[in-house]
Amino acid sequence: MSTVSTRAPAGADRAARPPEPGGPKRRRRVRREKQWPAYVFLTPWMLGAAVLTLVPMAVSLYLSFTDYNLFEAPRWVGLRNYTEMLTEDPRYWRSVGTTLLYVVVAVPLKLLLALGAAMLLKNLGRGRSFYRSAFYAPSLLGASMTVALVWRALFNDGGTVPDLLGAIGIDSGGWVGDPDLAVFVVVLLTVWQFGAPMVIFLAGLQQISPDLYEAAALDGASRWRQFVSVTVPMLSPVVFFNLVLEMIQSFQVFTPAFAISGGSGGPADSTMFYTLYLYERGFTASHMGYAAAMAWLLLIAIGVVTLVLFRTSRSWVFYADEEGR
Amino acid sequence: MNLAVRRWAPHTLALLGLLVLLYPLAWLLATSLKPADEVVTSLDLWPSSLEWSNYTTALEGVSGVTVSRLLGNTLLIAGGAVLGNVLSCSLAAYAFARLRFRMSKVMFAFMVATLMLPHHVVLIPQYIIFNQLGMVDTYWPLILPKFLATEAFFVFLIVQFMRGLPRELEESARIDGCGPFRTYLSITLPLTRPALITTAIFTFIWTWNDFFTQMIYLFAPEKFTITLALRSFVDQSSTSAYGPMFAMSVISVLPIVLFFFVFQRYLVQGMATTGLKG
Repeated sequence: MSTVSTRAPAGADRAARPPEPGGPKRRRRVRREKQWPAYVFLTPWMLGAAVLTLVPMAVSLYLSFTDYNLFEAPRWVGLRNYTEMLTEDPRYWRSVGTTLLYVVVAVPLKLLLALGAAMLLKNLGRGRSFYRSAFYAPSLLGASMTVALVWRALFNDGGTVPDLLGAIGIDSGGWVGDPDLAVFVVVLLTVWQFGAPMVIFLAGLQQISPDLYEAAALDGASRWRQFVSVTVPMLSPVVFFNLVLEMIQSFQVFTPAFAISGGSGGPADSTMFYTLYLYERGFTASHMGYAAAMAWLLLIAIGVVTLVLFRTSRSWVFYADEEGR
Repeated sequence: MNLAVRRWAPHTLALLGLLVLLYPLAWLLATSLKPADEVVTSLDLWPSSLEWSNYTTALEGVSGVTVSRLLGNTLLIAGGAVLGNVLSCSLAAYAFARLRFRMSKVMFAFMVATLMLPHHVVLIPQYIIFNQLGMVDTYWPLILPKFLATEAFFVFLIVQFMRGLPRELEESARIDGCGPFRTYLSITLPLTRPALITTAIFTFIWTWNDFFTQMIYLFAPEKFTITLALRSFVDQSSTSAYGPMFAMSVISVLPIVLFFFVFQRYLVQGMATTGLKG
């Protein structure tokens, strides 16, 4: 994680230097500093890390092997939560499927749109900063209950989108009540918020030296060729950074699915995203142990996906700064 | 290619994109002012007459709790969260960026790793802890964690920013006899202002938009935030109350929109330089 977060903005600013705990100055240090002030500065963080992160992680791992309803003492059941989830619970698999479908469709769409918009804005000249802010606005509001409610109304039976589609001869009906389409309402809500990765892409694009394009143009490269041979490799660290972040976030989507389905994950569980099902199992049905097991599988899944992304990144992410720039 | 087309095509495209992108927000504003019978039947964006009574209905709030009270509650939580994050995250960041101590690498790695940790893993035990402390249905579970720098994201952001600052000022302060606390307060903190502003803005907006944590921890309607109230408003009313429902929606996002207009320069820059997400 540290590699991606620090390298990826591709020297977007001096703020994005790789972390160097200890730093290169260590050798130059003359007198030994006292250590206790550091721990004073770190006291709130250490308390939080211990009490609100480490201990809860251990407890939730323990709870995932128990039957626990918050009121009675947890009862040890071994691996039963996990085996039940993986072998006997079709709703669990449905939620996995829905979430995967969502991630696989929404993340690439959002990033492609973000890249396209960034390319467009880069060459815009006047008005660029206005559009940059305006395109970014949905990213701030997108997580709110309000926007999810608007989305539900727009895609509901009689809403703008089905009506517009009807006007051009496509009878889609209301998306929100359709088990095949409801998930795409959430997808489109996510894609609508492409402004956040766009801003990062734009910063990355502006870091690419014009010399590279000039050299390519001198060699007779077409604009498309320049895009493929200059823009894409130079931008790949930023693409990677955005990809990892969006992926991690998408696995945890909650509010839009909750609001669009009115909290039910319906129709027919079609918007029962992983975290929504986790909430339902844990807090509505009081199966805290089961929910804890679900949370741990989510953590493992996110870890595996991130690891795979890092592994494959070696073959497609190009770090210019590793070549002495 | 025709020069005029070349020049105007990007602008046209951007403008078109803008229209599609902002349509839902325009729709929200228009619907919040529409008379009840027009909401579902009319495709016209513009209401035939402006129904301001939607707003007076919305201002009455939910379950006898007025909107001003709800906004006050939300502001209290968001304000506490901002204060907590700015304080605790900058303290921790200073130690990571500038001080040397045993285990610093391990602790830093742990902090970065928690960036990836899904909130759901710690959710249930945290709930149990706050329940044991008798803090469920109070604002403590929403504010206290911020004072303990649990949002690694902001710690990381400030660390990155501090590492970019020149060390000369701090070193000369040290030679003049400043201890780490004086140096932090009078040298480093003022220089870190941009990162602190970014932290404050995003904490405010994320806390304001948050729904999950608020839903889990708050039960009494008079303690509700505006988002929770909006949700119960939706549950209680039928489609005929679309107007007031969206009037309340507009009120609930208004503070974020204002924030955005005032701080958008910092926001977008902060986003770009730190790879921050919205």
